[in-house]
Amino acid sequence: MHKYAASCAHIRDNPRFGALVRKRNRFAFFLTAVIVIAYFSFIAVLAFSPAWLGMPLLAGMKTSLGVPLGLAIIVLTVVLTAVYVTRANREFDAESAEIRRQAMK
Amino acid sequence: MNLAVRYLLLAACTLGTASLALAMPSITLGPRQPTNWSAITTFIFFVGATLWMTRLATARSRASADLYTPGGGISGFQNGLAIAGDYMSAASFLGISGLVFVSGFDGLIFSIGWLVGWPVVTFLMAERLRNLGKFTFADVAAYRFSQKPVRTFAAVGSLVVVLFYLTAQMVGAGQLVRILFGLEYAYAVIMVGIVMMMYVLVGGMTSTTWVMINKAVLLLAGTTLMALLVMFHVDFNPERLFARASELHRLGDALMAPGGLIKDPVSAISVGLALMFGTAGLPHILMRFFTVANAREARKSVAWATLWIGYFYVLTFIIGFGAIVSLFAHPAPYFTGGKVAGGLLGGGNMAAIHLASALGGDFFLGFIAAVAFTTILAVVAGLTLSGASAVSHDLYATIWRKGAASSAEERRVSKLTAFALGLVAVVLGIVFERENVAYLVMLAFSIACSANFPVLFMAVLWKDCTTRGATVGGFLGLSTAIALTLLSPVVWEGALHNPPGSAPFPYASPAIVSMPLAFLSIWVLSLLDRSPQAVRERLLFQDQLIRSETGMAQGFVRNGQ
Repeated sequence: MHKYAASCAHIRDNPRFGALVRKRNRFAFFLTAVIVIAYFSFIAVLAFSPAWLGMPLLAGMKTSLGVPLGLAIIVLTVVLTAVYVTRANREFDAESAEIRRQAMK
Repeated sequence: MNLAVRYLLLAACTLGTASLALAMPSITLGPRQPTNWSAITTFIFFVGATLWMTRLATARSRASADLYTPGGGISGFQNGLAIAGDYMSAASFLGISGLVFVSGFDGLIFSIGWLVGWPVVTFLMAERLRNLGKFTFADVAAYRFSQKPVRTFAAVGSLVVVLFYLTAQMVGAGQLVRILFGLEYAYAVIMVGIVMMMYVLVGGMTSTTWVMINKAVLLLAGTTLMALLVMFHVDFNPERLFARASELHRLGDALMAPGGLIKDPVSAISVGLALMFGTAGLPHILMRFFTVANAREARKSVAWATLWIGYFYVLTFIIGFGAIVSLFAHPAPYFTGGKVAGGLLGGGNMAAIHLASALGGDFFLGFIAAVAFTTILAVVAGLTLSGASAVSHDLYATIWRKGAASSAEERRVSKLTAFALGLVAVVLGIVFERENVAYLVMLAFSIACSANFPVLFMAVLWKDCTTRGATVGGFLGLSTAIALTLLSPVVWEGALHNPPGSAPFPYASPAIVSMPLAFLSIWVLSLLDRSPQAVRERLLFQDQLIRSETGMAQGFVRNGQ
């Protein structure tokens, strides 16, 4: 218990911990904003001018504009998730482990 | 039992069912048929085999925690498949393909909404949940707050969400069993309820994790095959698929535009909010993050889940359009009276099932129906377990018995709750017979995003949140969401049979009112909270932050990595 409290105090006072939290939060909220804006732009079009989504992709085609747009959002979702996981696995985990290691010394 | 054996077993069950289905001449589809004994034999065979599998898996590990979580032994990739399995429910498969079948493009709106919730979970919740929680999401929400009020809220919120979700699965399963076995709908639902309870009571969460993985693989394989067959018939040219569908469908060119499902801007935004933020408040999904070894695996598992779910939703879109093309071209066996005007047998939720029969005859029908049924069974088991653990772990063991309950007692309460949940779900399943299952699940999401999600989000990410703010705000969001759902068209007019257009709350989802209300009241009430307890809780945020970021805990028991 005592050792744990000491480690906690060490982490709390370690400037690298604060920096990591800020960096990770900035990245996470930035990516969240990207997907929220992308999705709610789609919803806004759906809400206020649905006919636009139903327009043919190219003249004479039945495939509507909404289909590739919808697919694009699905792809964006998967890509953003991959981007986050890659950076977190490489960068954030290493720093977090280092901070823990220092605290447990 | 190793993975390969498990897959062989599952494949054997599925093939067994499929071949029995093939042997049954009376499996033609009809709204109601005389008791079909060979069908019931199939049913019992299939259920018996799955129960036996579950037993085998349970026999391996009988630790007390096992009923809830398999305890860290699952890799990120495996857990990703299990999460996808949990998420690709009857609503996703039968419901979205059914929505596409009935109103075309609208189905895509639901798929996209259900997918975009995942990045939010990945970026903001998954790792923190893994580091802070043990059994239920209440462990996380109540980490630095007083246990009693927050856990009570979390348990009630979980139960309501689970019930709505269960109802949707019941409706899907009931219609499936009715169409396949010629039982009357109410009997079909009761039968599903009994099987589901047996299934949950025999096995624990360990088995459901494996069942989830198995079923995710089966479902992905089955739907991939269906989509390939659909695309094969149009030379792998999506334009031809859409063109042929708009030719045949009564909506014509409007099939490719948004329309029927979401009629006004307020409903569009409201449904959008519910679909996106509901995922982060689903108790049975949140539980899956406690089953991996560390935050890294939690993160990897959501990424895999997102990939599989995204892929699956593209498939359901294709399957829905495939159903339009195949079923409208030869309506005789699939529509009441053999005419399109008579409506699809079993309702729109059955489009994918009929398509299977159109593409590959009785054998393929048997296979897809078996996959859909396992899907429902597994999802129902996962849902019931999360509801049961909310009661037994949060309400009974932690609050009522103050941690003094033995694990045997906890299990008993958990089983009783599972039984009660099954009973209520059967009744609700009968009440909501005519509703689209994707729509019903959307309502569960509306409640999750107005109650569980705001409390969890604020408790984990906002330093100044207090017990009072979280509990009162959470209950306000929850009760508003429930009240407005009851007053909205799907319940007021659909289930309670009031005249169309009479619903006091005319929008498709309550989220646009209840979700901001929950956030706002948590925020205001927390800021106004000047009690000494609130001061302590704000100070504890630093500890919570360290643990949620590093996974470090007292005694270093939970630092994975």
